[in-house]
Formats: sequence, structure tokens, C-alpha cells
Amino acid sequence: MTAARADVPSYAEPVLSVADLRVWYGTERGPVRAVDGVSFDLRPGETLGLVGESGCGKSTLGRGLLGLLPAGAKADGEIRFKGTNLLQAKRRDIDRLRGPELGMIFQEPLTRLNPLMRISEHFEETLRAHEPQIGKEEARRRSIDTLRKMGIPPTRYRAYPHEFSGGMRQRIMIALALVLRPAFIVADEPTTALDVLVEAQIIRILADLRRNFDTALLLITHNLGIVAEACDRVAVMYAGHLVEDGDAREVFAKPRHPYTRELLRSTISLQTTGLHYIPGAPPDLVEPPPGCKFHPRCPDAMVVCGAQDPVAVQTASGSRVACWLHGPADRIDEGGTARMAQEEISVADEA
Amino acid sequence: MPTKLDAQVPSSAPGGADDALMKVRDLQVHYALRGSSMGRLFGAGGDVVKAVDGVTFDLRRREVLGLVGESGSGKTTLGRALLGLVRPTGGEVRYGEHDLPSLSERRLRPFRRKLQMVFQDPSAALNPSMDIEAAVGHPLQIHKLVANRTERRERVVEALERVGLAPVERFLSKYPSDLSGGQKQRAVLARAIILGPELLVADEPISMLDMSVRAKILELMLDLKRDLDLTYVYITHDLATAKFFCDRVAIMYLGRIVEIGPTEEIFSDPKHPYTKALLRAIPEPDPGALVPRDLPRGEIPDAAAPPLGCSFHPRCPAAFEKCGWETRDLRPLLEQRWLGLDEDAYDAERATIGNLDSLDVPAHQVRLSPGRGRGPGDVEALVQRAREADPQEPLWKGVKRLEAQDGAVAVDFHEGEDPRLRPAGAVEVACHLY
Amino acid sequence: MAITPTVEVGEPQHDSTHRSRLARIAFVIATPYRQSAGIARAMLVVGTVLTGLMVLVAVFAPLIAPYDFDQVSDGGARFPKQGEPSGTHWFGTNVQTFDVFSRVVWGARTELKVVLMALALTIVIGVVLGLVAGFVGGWLDRILVLIMDSLFAFPYLLLAIVVAFLLSDKLGGGVTTAAAAITAVYIPQYFRVVRNSTVSAKEATYVEAARALGAPPHIIMSRYLFTNVIQSVPVIATLNAADAVGTLAALGFLGYGIQPTEAAEWGYDLNRAMDDATSGIWWTAVYPGLAIVLLVMALTFVGEGLNETLNPTLRVRRLLPVVLPPRQPAAPVENAIPVEKAEVGRDRRTGVGGSPADPETSTTEEGGR
Repeated sequence: MTAARADVPSYAEPVLSVADLRVWYGTERGPVRAVDGVSFDLRPGETLGLVGESGCGKSTLGRGLLGLLPAGAKADGEIRFKGTNLLQAKRRDIDRLRGPELGMIFQEPLTRLNPLMRISEHFEETLRAHEPQIGKEEARRRSIDTLRKMGIPPTRYRAYPHEFSGGMRQRIMIALALVLRPAFIVADEPTTALDVLVEAQIIRILADLRRNFDTALLLITHNLGIVAEACDRVAVMYAGHLVEDGDAREVFAKPRHPYTRELLRSTISLQTTGLHYIPGAPPDLVEPPPGCKFHPRCPDAMVVCGAQDPVAVQTASGSRVACWLHGPADRIDEGGTARMAQEEISVADEA
Repeated sequence: MPTKLDAQVPSSAPGGADDALMKVRDLQVHYALRGSSMGRLFGAGGDVVKAVDGVTFDLRRREVLGLVGESGSGKTTLGRALLGLVRPTGGEVRYGEHDLPSLSERRLRPFRRKLQMVFQDPSAALNPSMDIEAAVGHPLQIHKLVANRTERRERVVEALERVGLAPVERFLSKYPSDLSGGQKQRAVLARAIILGPELLVADEPISMLDMSVRAKILELMLDLKRDLDLTYVYITHDLATAKFFCDRVAIMYLGRIVEIGPTEEIFSDPKHPYTKALLRAIPEPDPGALVPRDLPRGEIPDAAAPPLGCSFHPRCPAAFEKCGWETRDLRPLLEQRWLGLDEDAYDAERATIGNLDSLDVPAHQVRLSPGRGRGPGDVEALVQRAREADPQEPLWKGVKRLEAQDGAVAVDFHEGEDPRLRPAGAVEVACHLY
Repeated sequence: MAITPTVEVGEPQHDSTHRSRLARIAFVIATPYRQSAGIARAMLVVGTVLTGLMVLVAVFAPLIAPYDFDQVSDGGARFPKQGEPSGTHWFGTNVQTFDVFSRVVWGARTELKVVLMALALTIVIGVVLGLVAGFVGGWLDRILVLIMDSLFAFPYLLLAIVVAFLLSDKLGGGVTTAAAAITAVYIPQYFRVVRNSTVSAKEATYVEAARALGAPPHIIMSRYLFTNVIQSVPVIATLNAADAVGTLAALGFLGYGIQPTEAAEWGYDLNRAMDDATSGIWWTAVYPGLAIVLLVMALTFVGEGLNETLNPTLRVRRLLPVVLPPRQPAAPVENAIPVEKAEVGRDRRTGVGGSPADPETSTTEEGGR
């Protein structure tokens, strides 16, 4: 993994640069602040793991990046993809980018494949739609080649979707996203519906992506183990904000945001010897708490955390953390570092 | 933080062989498939899926037994069969004096007081149009254990307090849709314990919940077990929680238990190759962890046409003659080889063999016919090339004879044998290696 | 602490403050009105108002109508035959010397009676049969489905006529017979809908959970399935009510409905007004006809409005518009880029574990508002 990581020059121009992105949904009660000021960069060939509890805006962010927003949602900020701001681009232009430049891998592959079309037809139609200049033979060659890299033998090229197992279908979906060689792919919980062993196979494929393709990948998952195994960088999301992001190894070895730390501790792994959990539940995104959104559940909360929005602090290694424990000290008012008196969080508020 | 040791204290009471709460003997749940696509494919109707295929174990009082396996392993069906929610097609489930499968639905009903279930999806397990008080108290009404509403409320409040849904008044009139996942699962647990059961079958009780509450629900289940002297059957695909939560673990694969034994034993010294593979495959949130490279190939086979011999043999890195190699294993082997070849080489090799579909029939013998313009010698040479390219492939151990014959190549495999659970050290394992 | 569990975006928000059963029922009834939008909302409101007016007329008919529905004289004076609308007979009189206005008002009462009775009968029979057939399955299900399908395939008016004809001997030509005839027409609809949703609801985990609790079949049906399979019934019921008004009028028109001596009925009046139209007497036909059109339209509006709001495939949800508040000036994230670039060349390890006092940390603001 180290070797692979070194292949990605960190000075390369980011393929995707998100600045202060907000995505709010309308509801009966008012807007849901699903994504509320998120900034990050993604470089070619880089895999960024996006983790957090459910309902923290992960999926909205992933879809928002591809311009797939539901009716009634509004977005602002900047999504700069290869020089153009996708938020200002025309709908038709984004639709044209989706596929050849921006790809998406979903959780349940079967619902995304047409049961009446052969795998070959899926691929050839996709290629014909987006790259009409290439010939039939070339399309076939490229499709088979991509499928091969995903471990689908050429003998199965003309089979129908139902003839494949769940893991194979997910491989096909990944291949279908990759055959157009997009620069950026969002994978939303791609292994959640799969079995342990098959999940491990798919993770291996995703981890190998950067070796075969220089696609940048945003991998949305709730499974921290997957991030540790398949991602270069990790971004931890809480209540619509990125609270910490940085080199995956660094963040996992030394989580700096209390939420990251608690999330890691509450994960039950083979090494688990005692149970640990985060009290309470993620906040209601219609009326999020003031200041740091995590402060009501945070064991380290200080007075300032409930009053002021945290400021993202960047280290030399490029990781960022938005937590008052890490400064900046000069912005904290007098007495702000005193421990906050925490109210007892009862089960009534649990997730 | 209660640790596992704390939780074990009550179960450390002397327990011999007679301390079994339930004795399961050769339990079978077979489903007949009607006119399925598989049936049509093989030109034969009446396929049988052996969801649970001869399972035998004792469930000890106050233990937590983990049933671990992937989807299609039969773990959920087995759990439901223990409670009589699924009708077994054979075998016994002895509970006290009674053999549960032989009882009618009506005669089973009184037993439900003692045998309860917790479901995977707490949102689906609660009736959306019943408030929490009605839902949790309903079992009392069904079994006519309360005379009036006041009495019911008392018992419901007690149960809700026990599962930590406090302040109780806040929850009594709530509907499931008003609660979060963790709260719903607590309500489901409250409903399950209100009748004072002995056994709780928990089917993936935490897999639909958020990471941050999983530990809380597990902790609650450990508390309940200690306070109420419960026995758990914990069904899961998650080895990590099984390791933490269970006293004993049974690893299931295609309707069979392939390994069963004390948790420490299974995790420190896994015997069955499948158990080993599962342990390797768990993604660990450890920055030092490397992506596992030596995973078993393929996926769980179709239960309607399970592999001959040991059902894990096609994916097993350690399989040998006895494991039941067969015709159907040749095709993935060739396909795997072709993945690595360039296009021309693939086209040439693919054209050498005639119809690959002849490899889809379960048998220990097959005749590979050459493709158009090729002779049996070419086919034999191809198979030999594949063998030389990967001599370590366990399949070759299963090949008894390989020769050109009457214009085709005959491949004979050794007859396999279905491994049975046998004691191996502290565990029991169904594998020819032991 | 003001933490409430997060609700999935797009899920209906249940107001958790409601307490009493009554409040909850009111809440459920109000739901379509709060959630609807656009045309659906307009139809719902117009339909509800019109239906409400009709119901008021029906309920207070004795007070509103100046005469009885079969009154032909007042204070010894006979009413004129086919008299023009006037001060004493607002809508005129018809060929039978009945007062048209009174007939129309009393007619509303008849419609309401028949439709309510028919709906109650249909819903009870249709829902119970559907529930049992769906839950029990097997032969019972097949036989019931066969019967219902053949009833459904039968031309509905013919079916109603046959039933009315058969029952008129026993029950007479009154409201009950008409209601029974209409019941027979609409039972298959409820049966189908309830049976199908029972078949799918039967597979729900909460039904298995009820079985695991030891609940016998009748409890599972009444406590676990019933409330969850009748959810589409209100929509069908309103649409059917509109249809039933038409059917009743058709029966009356054809002479198989309510006899004029039993109650006032618009369809019958229309029939009797047929000959008047050619001789320039318009009032005998226009007013009953208008009443039919109004009531059918009102009920259809309610039904369609409900359908569009409650049916997830048609639903247009009313959303509060999203207004993104402006940010604070000087978008701070711009600063992040130079900082990042400047530090790329440095040794990565030095940055690990930066503390608040770490001199190597620099600050950028995230998501300022």
C-alpha cells in the first residue's frame, strides 16, 4: 500500500476541488442542512474514504458532487472539476460529463442492470453513447479488457445479469463505471449488500484501482475497516461538516477529533475487549446545535465548543481537523477552555 | 464497561451434558423449488434447496451460541427452525420433554412464552400502527397474563425500564416511526423479555444499527442475559461481534455446521479452511492492516445444486482427493486462466474446447470435446498447459485420469466424501484434514 | 438537550407531541391537507368544501326544503303541473306536480343515505373477505378470487339491476335495496386491494414477530394486518362514492332504483323530465342533473386529491423553499490552497500529532456562515 501511495504525486493538480459546499434540502419543517460547508481536494488516482454515522450527509455529499440532487435541494459553494465549476454548469453539460468523466457505483448492483440486456449490450451501449467514434470491435475489446481486470472472464461476456452472483454483478458495475475511464468516481457503500468474503474481494479490487486506472475515488462507507484497507485518505463527516480529514494511516493511528476517536473506539473488531459507544445521536439537521455540532456528545467539550463554530486547523502533513482542542488558541475567548458541564444524555436521545 | 468475563459469571455454574436447554439432532429444512429458472436450466423440475442440512448440536443453558455464516449459509433458517417458525423437514429439536417440530402450531404457542426472537431490522419488527405500550404489552394479552390495562402498563413500564428506554412515560405513547433504530431495537428486546423467556434467538440484532449504538445494544443484551438467566442464539455474519459476544461459535456453510467450539478456540486456532478465510477477510480498522491477498475464490454456490463432496472444496486452498472434485470445478479453473491471457491466446484456447456447458453438470467424469478443427490432442495439451502453469492448484490433486479417448478428452476425478463433524482438539470440525 | 433523533431526509415527519388518540386521528386526517401541493391541494380543498355543502343540505333537508318530497299540495291548494320557477316554487314543479327544489334537496339526503350504507356494507364485506383470503391463502383464496373476478368482469350496471330486481321483492324498492345493489358492484374492488396488500404485508417481519410471540391467526389479522392493509381504502372509498352516486342515478333513471313514493331520487326525476325537454320545460331536468354533476365532481375531487397526496407514485410533496443564507464575507477557504501548497514539500512526519500549540499548524476556517 505504501508503494501504491507513493505513485500518487501529492503535488499533482487536484482533479476535483470542493470549496465550502453546502447542500440543503427542503422539508415541511424547514431546510435540512445535509452538507454544510465542506471543502476538500481529490487528486488523480487518489482514494478518499468518507465515513460517518448514517444521517450525517455522506450520501448527499456523494450525489451532490455528481449533480444528482433531489427536487427541492439547493447547493452553493464550488465543485471545481477539471477547471469548471459544476455548480454553475448547465444541467445538460453535467449530464454529458456523467459517465465519461464522473462515475457512480451504487450499493445494490442488480437494480442498476437491465435484466433483459446482456452484459455485452450494457457495455457496448454505454461506449456507443459516450464515445461514438470508437468502432464496434474496439468497444468489445475495451469492455472485455475492463471486465478482465475486474475478474470477469471473457467467456461470460454475453451472459445476462441474472446469471451472475451478487459479487460478480458488483464487479460488472465497477467495470461499467470504469470502461469510460472517468476521472472521478463516487462509490456509495458498494459492499454493504455483499458477504464477508465477497466484500473482501471487492475491497481488494477497489484498493487496486489506482494501479490499473488513474481514477480518483470517493468511497462512502460506514465501515472503518474498509477505509483502513482501501483508502489513501479519509474524511470524517459529522452533521454535514467534515470534522477531520487526512492521510488514512495517520488519522487511524492518531485520531485528533474526539468524534473520530470515539467512532474508532466504538467499532467492534477482532481486537475488541471492552464495549465502548458514543452517547446520544447525531443531531437533527434542521436545527443543528450551535458551535461544534458534536459538542453535546463530546467527552472533551469545552465552553467555547457550544458557542463558536470550530475552525479547521491544518498540519504540515496536510490533514485538517475542526476542533477547538486543536486551536487556534487565540480565537478562544477568556475562559472558553473550561470544561463544559455536560447534561446527562439519556437513552431518549440515542440513535 | 462490562467485559466478557463479567458476563460469563452466571454461566460458570456447573453444567454437564444434562445442562442442555435444547438438543438439536440432524435437523433438516429443505425447500422444494417450483419451476424455477434453475430447474429449467438443468431440464429437471423439483429442485430441493437444503437450507439446513443435518445440523446437530446441544444448546447449553445460559450460554451464548453464535451461528456465524454468510448469506445462504442457513443460519437464519436454523434460528427460526429452533423456534418452530419454520417447519423442519426432518430431525429433532428437543426442548425439555418435547420435540418441537412434531407439535402443531396451536400446541407450539404456549412454548413461545419461553422461546423468543429478536429480529435484524427493528423498524420492520414492530407493527407501525401500534404504539410502544401496546406493542410491548401485546404478548401479555396474547397469553392472557394480565387482567387489565393497569396491570399491563405496570409490566410494560418494568420491561421498558429494564431495556433502558427511560424516561418510560416518554415512550409509552410513541409509535415506532417516532423512534430511532437503537430505541426500536430496545423496544423489540422489551417485547421479547416481557414473557420471561429462557431462550432468545437474536438474528443479526445489531447489523442494521449505526456503529455508535451497536455496542450499547450488545451491552444491554449481556445485562439482560445476566439478570434474567437467558440463553442466546446469536445469528450473525460478523465474526468480530461473535468473538466478543459468544461463548461458543458454530460456523455454518451451505446449511451445515462446518466448525463448532468454544469461541477462544475457534478464533485462536481456526481449523476449517472456511473459518480461516472468514477471519482473514474481516476488514480491520487498523492502519497497519494490509489488504488480504489470499482470499478464497468465488462465492457461495447455488444451494439448489451444491458441490459434490465437501461443499467448500471449490473455494478451498487446502482441498485434496477426498474433498469431491468434480466436473463443475473445471470451468472456473479455465476461466481463471483465461483472465490472465492476452486476447489472441484466449481466442486460441477458447476455440480448442467445444462446448463449455458440458462442464455445468455435477459429475465425477466428463468428456471434453474439441472445438471445430481441433483434435483431442489439442484439448489434452491445453489442460496440461493449465496444469503446468499452476501446479499448486488443489484441483489437480482430485484428477484421477486425464486422457484422450474416442475423439475427446476424458477427465475422471476421485470420488469425494462428504465430511462429517468430528472432534478435533477442543472443537468439532467437518473437514477431511482432521 | 434539544436532541431529537435524526429523521431520514424525505421521510414524513411525525409530530411527536400529539398525545391522545383523538389528537392522533385528527392529525392523520389532516395529513393529506398539510402534505398536498399544487393542483392536488386545490382539488382536495374544492372537493371537500363542495362535499361538505352537499352533506349539510342532506342533513338539514327538513329545514331547507319548503315541502315534502312527495307533496303535491300546500294548504289545500294543488301545485301546478310543470309550473315555471316562481316565488313559491323556486325551481318550478314537475310533471308529477312535485316541487323541484324540494325534490333536489331531499334527493341529496337519499344519495347520502344510500352511498353511506353501500360504502359501509362494501367496506366491511370487502375488507374482511380480502383480509381472510390474503392471510389464509390456499383454496379459500382461489375460490374467493374467482368469485370476485367474475363479479368484477360483469357489467356493473347490469349487476346492480339484477341485484336490485332480485331484492326488490324482499326489501321493496327503497333505500336498502338500492344500497345492496350498489354494494354488490363495489365489493370486488375492496376485496382485490385488501387481499393484495394482505398478501404482501403477510411477509412483513412484524407479522412473523407476532407469530413468534404466539399470536393466533385471528389476532394477527385484526391487530397486525388490518390497520396496515386498509390504508388505501379511504382513497378508493371516496372515488367509489362518486361512482356510486352515478350508479344510483342510473338505476333510478332506468326505473330499477328507489321508487318515487319511497324517497326523492335525482335519477328518477331526470327520467321523468325527459319529455319536458322537447317542450321547452328546462327546469325539471336541469336542477336534478346539476345536483348529480356537482356531487359526483365534489367526491371525485376529494378522491383524486387524496390519491395524489397519499399515493407515493403520484405524490407531489409540499416542501418549504430552501434559502441558503449568505455567508460571511471573505470566503476563508481560499486561504487554504496556498497554505497547503506551501507545505507540500516539508517532511510529512513533522506534522503528525500537531497540538494547539504546534507552531507548524496553520488555520483555515471551514464552512463559515
